[in-house]
Amino acid sequence: MLSLRRRDIVCQQAVELVTDYLEGALSRRDRRRFEAHLKACPNCSAYLEQIKLTIQLSGEIEPEDLTPEARQDLTDLYRRWRSE
Amino acid sequence: MGATRTGSRGRTLRAVEMDGELLSRVRTGDEEAFVMLVARYQQPMLRLACSMVSNQAVAEEAVQDTWLGVVRGIERFEGRASFKTWLFRILVNRTRSAASHEPIDEPFEALRAVDPTRFDAEGHWADPLDRWTEESEDRLDAATWAPILKSALDALPPRQRQVVMLRDVEGFSNDEACAVLGISVGNQRILLHRGRARLREILDVEIEKS
Repeated sequence: MLSLRRRDIVCQQAVELVTDYLEGALSRRDRRRFEAHLKACPNCSAYLEQIKLTIQLSGEIEPEDLTPEARQDLTDLYRRWRSE
Repeated sequence: MGATRTGSRGRTLRAVEMDGELLSRVRTGDEEAFVMLVARYQQPMLRLACSMVSNQAVAEEAVQDTWLGVVRGIERFEGRASFKTWLFRILVNRTRSAASHEPIDEPFEALRAVDPTRFDAEGHWADPLDRWTEESEDRLDAATWAPILKSALDALPPRQRQVVMLRDVEGFSNDEACAVLGISVGNQRILLHRGRARLREILDVEIEKS
């Protein structure tokens, strides 16, 4: 079957596809077009890399631990709730 | 997906097992198990609640209220959804009802991931993008960037912040985040897309400066 040749995507379109790409939500065709664009475009592959690093750094934000006081408060609360 | 996924999946499995074990201990009135459960989720819950209401005290109350709901409802929890999803859903509901008296103040949400002025008339990057990894190694040290990232997160529009926080900071799956926030997969993806793009932009500016 003869497929219509669709225009290659440009950078401004590629950056809008990054999340769909990372989430595995692109159609196979769009995925191929996106990857073809990345291969040819150092700026967009740098952009994708930056987004991946942003995700990685977000995942490394350390949650603060509970203070001993907060821990005690919660234990007290739990006892109260249980006895209600 | 990124290389971090396999690792986080392993952690998630262990976390689910551990939740189950703690829950059955809490059911028998084990105080220590309850505190361990709270210690694990308290901060992520507080962060999410704070992102939904402007008043910290209201957020704290919603979190406390959620734990009360857990203690009271624990017999009804059947384990069909994961405990984490169940817990955060209660939290979102309680926080939403607490927030219903607050004025709706949704800041402007950018429509595009990247400022259109960064592109030329044909839609190509007007200026080349730097690779962060080519900058010196320690520049991407998590400890250095965490405070900047945290304040950037705080500055996101609430809905974007909630999604980015659950997905990227707390490591919730796509399905879990949608279930907790009660939004569609498509909507979640748009919010995630804009939120991540904004964080990237802020980090990029800071990395340039440093």
